[in-house]
Amino acid sequence: MSEALAAPRAAVVYNDDVVKKFIIASMFWAVVAFLVGVFIAAELSWPALNFWPPYVNFGRIRPVHTSAAIFAFGGSALLGTSFHVVQRTCRARLFGGEALANFIFWGYQFFIVMAALSYVLGFSKSREYSEPEWHIIVWLVIVWVAYLVAFTGTLIKREEPHIYVANWFYLSFIITVAMLVIVNNLSIPVSVFAAKSYSAFSGAQDALVQWWYGHNAVGFFLTAGFLGMMYYFIPKAANRPIYSYRLSIVHFWSLIFIYIWAGPHHLHWTSLPDWTQTVGMAFSIMLWMPSWGGMINGLMTLSGAWDKLRTDPGLRFSVTAVGFYGMSTFEGPVMSVRTVNALSHYTDWGIGHVHSGSLGWVAFITFGAIYYLVPNLWQRTGLYSNRLAAWHFWIATLGIVLYITAMWVAGIMEGLMWRAYDAQGFLQYSFIDSINAVHPLFIVRWLGGVFFLLGALIMVYNLVMTVRSPRTAPGRAERFAAPLAAAAGE
Amino acid sequence: MQFRHEFLEKNAILLLVASLLTVAVGGLVEIVPQFFIENTIEPVKGVRPYTPLELAGRNIYIREGCYLCHSQQIRALRDEVERYGHYSLAAESMYDHPFQWGSKRIGPDLARVGGKYSNDWHFAHLRHPQAVVPESIMPRYAFLEETPLDYARIAADLRTDRAVGVPYTKEDIANATADIEAQTNADANHDALLKRYPKAVIVPSNGRTISEMDALVAYLQVLGTMVNFADTSEEQLQR
Repeated sequence: MSEALAAPRAAVVYNDDVVKKFIIASMFWAVVAFLVGVFIAAELSWPALNFWPPYVNFGRIRPVHTSAAIFAFGGSALLGTSFHVVQRTCRARLFGGEALANFIFWGYQFFIVMAALSYVLGFSKSREYSEPEWHIIVWLVIVWVAYLVAFTGTLIKREEPHIYVANWFYLSFIITVAMLVIVNNLSIPVSVFAAKSYSAFSGAQDALVQWWYGHNAVGFFLTAGFLGMMYYFIPKAANRPIYSYRLSIVHFWSLIFIYIWAGPHHLHWTSLPDWTQTVGMAFSIMLWMPSWGGMINGLMTLSGAWDKLRTDPGLRFSVTAVGFYGMSTFEGPVMSVRTVNALSHYTDWGIGHVHSGSLGWVAFITFGAIYYLVPNLWQRTGLYSNRLAAWHFWIATLGIVLYITAMWVAGIMEGLMWRAYDAQGFLQYSFIDSINAVHPLFIVRWLGGVFFLLGALIMVYNLVMTVRSPRTAPGRAERFAAPLAAAAGE
Repeated sequence: MQFRHEFLEKNAILLLVASLLTVAVGGLVEIVPQFFIENTIEPVKGVRPYTPLELAGRNIYIREGCYLCHSQQIRALRDEVERYGHYSLAAESMYDHPFQWGSKRIGPDLARVGGKYSNDWHFAHLRHPQAVVPESIMPRYAFLEETPLDYARIAADLRTDRAVGVPYTKEDIANATADIEAQTNADANHDALLKRYPKAVIVPSNGRTISEMDALVAYLQVLGTMVNFADTSEEQLQR
C-alpha cells in the first residue's frame, strides 16, 4: 500500500511562467481594446473628437480597436490558456523549453505593437481583421509556426493516453488560422524595402478570399479557440465531467467542417456569383446545429452544480458566456438568410451582432478563465474580493445589453429608412437622415462600452489585489509532497 | 468496420492532418471555381486599369481606412439602385487589388460617386465635411491637401499591379510619372493620357505642388464611371 503511494508518477513541473505572462498581457490589452473602442464610439457620436488628423481619425483607429480586441486581448488569452490546458491535460511540460515559450510570448507581443503602430502611421492592407502589411504578417507567421510546434510537441510528448477535447479545438484553431492567414495575405510587395503590397487576388475573388478569412477568423480564432477554453475551464470550475463525450466529437468535427463554408454570407446580393452566395447561406444555417450542440454540452456540464453560480463568480462569467454564444450563433444564421441580410447588411445590426459575440462570448469566457487561473497560478485560495467580481459581472452585463439593444434598434432603423418609399414612390430619406436618426442610439452604445470598460478596470484591480495578497494556498510541489508524508507516517 | 474516434484521439499528428483536411474542403469547393468559371466576371466593355494618379489616390483611400465607413458595392436591390445607380458588376472591380467593397455604411456607398459632384465639391467636403453636410460625422481630411503626393516611385506600383494581373503595358509604366503630371495640369496635352485611360478626370493643381487630395479626388471621380450602361445589354449581365 505504502509502496504504491510512495511511487506516484513524478510530479511534472509545468511552465506556468509563460501562462502568467500571457494572462497579464491579455488583461493589459483588454483595457487598451475597450478604451480604444469607447473612444471610436465617441467619435461616431461627437465627430469633433477626430481632433488630431490623421492619427486619431476613425479610419486609422478602428483597426487598432479590432486588432487589440481580437488578436491582443483574445489572442493573448488563447495562447496563455492553451499552454495552461495542454500541459495539464497531457501531464507534460511545455515542449521547447523556456526559450521557445519566451520567443512565442515576446514575438507575439511585438507583432501586436507593430500592427497597432502601423495602422496609426498609415500602413494598412485594408483587409478587415488582417490589416497589417506583409512584413508584419511574415513575422506573425514565424511566431505562429513556433506556437504550433510548442503546442503539437507537447501533445506528442504527453503522458496521458488520450488527447483531451479542449486540445482538439485549440489544435484546429492554430492550424486553421495558419492556413487562413497565409492564403488571405498572398500578395506581392512593391519592393523588399517598401511596406506597400498588392493583393494577389482582385475584385470578386478577392472579396471571397477575404470573407473566407474574415468569417473564419470568427469561426476559428474567436470560436474554436474559445471553445477549447470552455471545454477545460467549465468542467474544472464546476468540478463535473463534460456532459457528453459523443456530443463533443460530433460538435468538433461538424463545427470545423461547416464553419469554413459560411464566408459568402458577408457578400449577399453583391457581384459575387449567386451560386456561391447560396452555398454560403445554406452552410450558415446548418452551422446553427453544431453551435447549439456545443452550447448544450457546455451548459449541461453544470448539471448538479448549478448552485456554484451563486458562489463562484468566475463560473458565472463562463456560463453567461455560453448563453451569449448560443444567442449569437442563432442570430448569425438568421442574418445569413438573404432576405434578412438585404435589410441587415451594411447596418449597425452587424456591429451589434459582432459585439454580442465578442463581449458576451469571447470576453466573458476569458474573464471566467482568468478569474479561475489567477488565484490558481499565484497560489491563493481565492480572489481578493468575490463581491468586486460580482460587481464586474453585473456592470459588464448591463454594458452588453445597452450595446446590443442600441445596435439592434439602430441597425433595423437604418435598414428600414434606406428602403423606405414615400407616397409618390420616391425614396423617403436621404442618407444623412439615417445618420441623424441613430445619433441617440450611438450615444447609448458608447455608454454600454463605458460600462464594459469600467467592469474590466474593476477586474484588473481585483486581480492585482489578489496577486498582492499573502500566499494562502499550498504550491504544487507541497501538494504533491503532502500525501506522501502522510503515507510515510502511517 | 467500426471507426473508432480513439484512433485520432491518440495520435496528435493524425488529428492535426485530419482537422486541416476537414477545413480545407469548404475553401476549395467555394473559392477555386471562381477563377475558372467563365461567367464569374461579366463580359462588359470599358473597365480599364487606374491611371497612376487614380492608383495613388486609391492607395490613400486604403491607407486612411475609408472602406471602414464607405462601401463600394451597390447590391442588386431596388432601393439601392435608385439611391446609388446601377448595381455593381464584378467586372468593375476586376482590377482592384485589393477589393474595396466594404462591409458597413457609416457613410453612403461610393461605388458610383464618380461624376456626381464637382472636383471643388470634393475638395471642400474633404477639407471640412460639416461645411458641406452640416450633420456629417466624417472626420476632416484637410491635411491631405497640405501633404505633397509622393509619386517618384509610382512606376514600381504599376509594375507590381501588373505582376498580380492588371494589364498595364510597358508604355503605361514608362509614362507613369508623366501621366500624373498631365492629369493634374489643366493646360497640358491630355491626348496620350486619355488614349491610355479613357474617362480620366483632370484634377488641376493650379501650379501648387501635387497633393494627396488631388490624387484622392481623381480616384473618387472615376469610381463607377468606366462602364457605359447605355451600350450594355441585359444578356451581358446575365449569369
